[in-house]
Amino acid sequence: MLTNFKNSRPQQFSFLFIVFLLLYFLVPEDENSFLWRLPPLLKDIPLLINTLLDNLMFKWLTVPVYDPDWQMYEDKPVFRIITRSIADFLLFLIIFIREIFLGGLQTIGSITGGAFKELKWLYLPAVPWTAVVIGLFILGYRLQGLGLAFIASIGFFYVSIFGQWEPTMETLSLVLVTAPICFILGLSLGILGYLSKKVEKTLQPILNIAQTMPHFSYLVPILVLFGIGDHAGAVATIIFATPPMIRLTILGLKKISPEVVESGLMSGCNRFQLLFRVLIPTARRDILIGVNQVIMQCLAMTTIAAFIGAKGLGFNLKVALNGLKIGKAAEIGICVVIIAVVLDKLSLAWANKQKDYFANLNFYKKNLATIYFILLTAILGVIAYFSAFYFEKGFNYLYLIPFGEGLTIAPILDAGVDWIWETFFYYLNIFNKFLITNVLFVMKDAYLGMPVVSTFVLVMGAGYIIGGLRSCIIVGALILFIALSEYWNRALITAYMATFAVGVSAILGIVTGSLCARNEISAKFILGVCDFFQTFPSFIYLIPVILLFGITDTSVMIAAIAYASVPATRYTVEGLRSVPSSLHDAASMSGVSNFQRWKSIELPLAFPHIMLGINQTLIFALMMIVLGALIGTEDLGQIIMGCLSRPNGAGIGLTLGIFVSFICLAADNLIRTWADERKKLLGIE
Amino acid sequence: MLKFIIKISVIASLFVFSSVAKAADPIRIPVLNWSSQIVMANVMAQVFEEMGHTAELVPAESASRYEAVRIGDLHVAHETWESTMALPFYAAMDKGGLIDAGSHNLITFEEMGVPNWVIDEGLCPGLPNWEALKSPECAANFATADSDGKGRWLEGPYEWHTEVMPNRLKGLGIDDLWTVKFAGSADALWAELKAAKAEGRGTVIFNWSPNFTDAAGFTFIDFPPYFEGCRLENGGTLETTGCGSPKGWLKKAAHIKFPITHPDAYKFYTKMSFTAPQIGLMADLVDSQGMDHAAAATEFIAQHRDLIDLWKN
Repeated sequence: MLTNFKNSRPQQFSFLFIVFLLLYFLVPEDENSFLWRLPPLLKDIPLLINTLLDNLMFKWLTVPVYDPDWQMYEDKPVFRIITRSIADFLLFLIIFIREIFLGGLQTIGSITGGAFKELKWLYLPAVPWTAVVIGLFILGYRLQGLGLAFIASIGFFYVSIFGQWEPTMETLSLVLVTAPICFILGLSLGILGYLSKKVEKTLQPILNIAQTMPHFSYLVPILVLFGIGDHAGAVATIIFATPPMIRLTILGLKKISPEVVESGLMSGCNRFQLLFRVLIPTARRDILIGVNQVIMQCLAMTTIAAFIGAKGLGFNLKVALNGLKIGKAAEIGICVVIIAVVLDKLSLAWANKQKDYFANLNFYKKNLATIYFILLTAILGVIAYFSAFYFEKGFNYLYLIPFGEGLTIAPILDAGVDWIWETFFYYLNIFNKFLITNVLFVMKDAYLGMPVVSTFVLVMGAGYIIGGLRSCIIVGALILFIALSEYWNRALITAYMATFAVGVSAILGIVTGSLCARNEISAKFILGVCDFFQTFPSFIYLIPVILLFGITDTSVMIAAIAYASVPATRYTVEGLRSVPSSLHDAASMSGVSNFQRWKSIELPLAFPHIMLGINQTLIFALMMIVLGALIGTEDLGQIIMGCLSRPNGAGIGLTLGIFVSFICLAADNLIRTWADERKKLLGIE
Repeated sequence: MLKFIIKISVIASLFVFSSVAKAADPIRIPVLNWSSQIVMANVMAQVFEEMGHTAELVPAESASRYEAVRIGDLHVAHETWESTMALPFYAAMDKGGLIDAGSHNLITFEEMGVPNWVIDEGLCPGLPNWEALKSPECAANFATADSDGKGRWLEGPYEWHTEVMPNRLKGLGIDDLWTVKFAGSADALWAELKAAKAEGRGTVIFNWSPNFTDAAGFTFIDFPPYFEGCRLENGGTLETTGCGSPKGWLKKAAHIKFPITHPDAYKFYTKMSFTAPQIGLMADLVDSQGMDHAAAATEFIAQHRDLIDLWKN
């Protein structure tokens, strides 16, 4: 009996659940009882963070700096001078690239120190959009061929004729600065992590937190440290987009078999050559996935970066949504996706291009593409110069199509939204009422009525059953940190929304994924759809869901599910597709039906991978739930969002962000341990 | 290796150079996400450029920008609403670095209210007098899926006035009929207006004037008059806390060094003072006439050339 219990997970879980229920109903609701709620012992953490930031930025380690405006010496903290120099450097690069595309006088102004301010003609003219499109065509052709040439140039042609050129170039200039920085930073930190176990150990928790923390929680600290503007947006983007690059670099380098290293050493490589000529090229595949991730993440941040001063598509999107212009917002969202696709394909093609060491070309042949590009740019520049006289109203359509002066499909999209509203509102409203009264409110009350002791028993018990004492303690410690704050009730509400959203997304994702994984074409198609929705700014969902479901928790849930189903679907498709076809054949020969094959063979084999997808689903759902504070929620997200408008919001925002991150990490620990164990049992890896 | 060193040194020198070469420091003006504010920012930018300065528009958030003005990352904050932004405005002033550059020539009003069609359809007879809210039939017309049968007031984000509206319901003794829900953003308020109209359901939302909603017709509810200290958090009692909102100012904030670094621009900024119809026109040029923000600003300046020139000199 006892041994049976020891080996049977379901029995252990049911026992745990019974204990949980007993505690749930036996512990009375009493604010003074430690069994019901723990005292907020850690409530001073936000204050500490604020004081630290304040001292760093304004008090500690000051040096006198001469201020020409005041004509006196001012004490400036060294730390602030450092952060602000970084900010100025980033800003200089962003503006320089931006002025190449859009023209302007700031770059020349800062190079000459503003000495020629009076000379109105002294500015950087923009490269005409026609030349940029042609340039992309040539670049695409050089890197891969006609296919890429058309994708790249048509993408940007679309952006231009739809009148989104200016904001797109503003966003592009930000991405063109941040993506390489993320790449270099990620690659070098990844290499360091590979070389030294210590570095990897320290990096791991930092990466975990950076990847799971809601973006909004670190916006205020960035604002304090780096100031408002494009550079702040760049810093936020770097924090968010670098971790996957580091992880994938470490992963790729670790996978290299020792034979490769040995052969490198035998050929007489020194350490430097071994790294850059042998190891990194071998780990290329994973590093390339890293580059792809960096680009996706950079563009996913465009809207959020707009909260702290980044110009471009993200800002225009916010303005459009404020005016409830959903069609316009969707159009802007499509531009974000287009840049993502073009940059991704170009960078992949560039990285995959093999260097031809034996081609013996003269200067002319080597630089043919560049020469063509310069020639065409000059011609198009001249055309643009003269066409200025042709177009009336002051808009020169061959130089730069101004914002809002292009074609638009917004009215069609708006009509679509209206149609959905008119057709389905009645049914949706009934559904909404049902969901709120019978599911969401019941669930919320159940979560809020949970004594703290029973929560701990449930979570730590699950940790113990799945991963033994180690998991039990890790998970318990993570949750304890939240329980000792003033925000436990809000964390419970966040947890309730996350549970619901993850549950529904997982079911949706696994079902869609399983159906689409049946054949090659539908699998490819659904992965494309996943790519689209991962880069399409999630902000856009917020307004239509309010129109359909009002300012209620349902709206937040629908938005979260729409966004969080993406990873669930993606990982299911990938997991199922990776089941070897010989197994399919073997199963078919044993006479199983399609459904049996899916249930008893494919699903168990793909299970560990799907579990990792659920892990991602949780992260996505929590990000969207925090964003749901813009609709109106009462959870941790509401306070995180509110911190943007509080003068001392930095500390609270960071602390609550870490709480959300801890919820993710606790779930991550359980899921990963479980998945690893399954993998071992199945003999994968 | 040599190439590598050259690359590093080029980046390093660029770094040093870019952080030193800041002489062409533009006047940095925050832009938020509503039309009139963006157009006014563009008007200022264009005037400053006429005066020979460079101006840069920086996307910002309505409340966090005061800290940015205080430490000099932004030079101005030109639309500061009393009831929603006074808190961060004065908090930044307390810390030092932000100065008050005067008010616009108008009185702002921010209050709970209903779109005009709610009154026209007779969803709550007796409005805009608040006593009409006492009737249970009225409250029932404003119920939503999550309001538990009560009528719902949709208040702005919690940070705007914290407990004022829930306290007001208690003070008026109608908290058994009505409940307050906090929207997450101004966007959510406008979406609610549109959704309620399409659905034909009554809605009470927090709104302000001048605002673009004025065009479609919006009526503020008449609550018992406001007086200093009537609210619970200002030392009032449960009897007085039902008072309405005060009429407010619309201020302009500036960084403390702005008058020294750009004296003529600062002079213009202090003289600049728009009226409610002018701000309405700014919003209208974009929202109704579909102009781009910069073009709307050019148009606005053209229409008000005399005024602008007066402020410039």
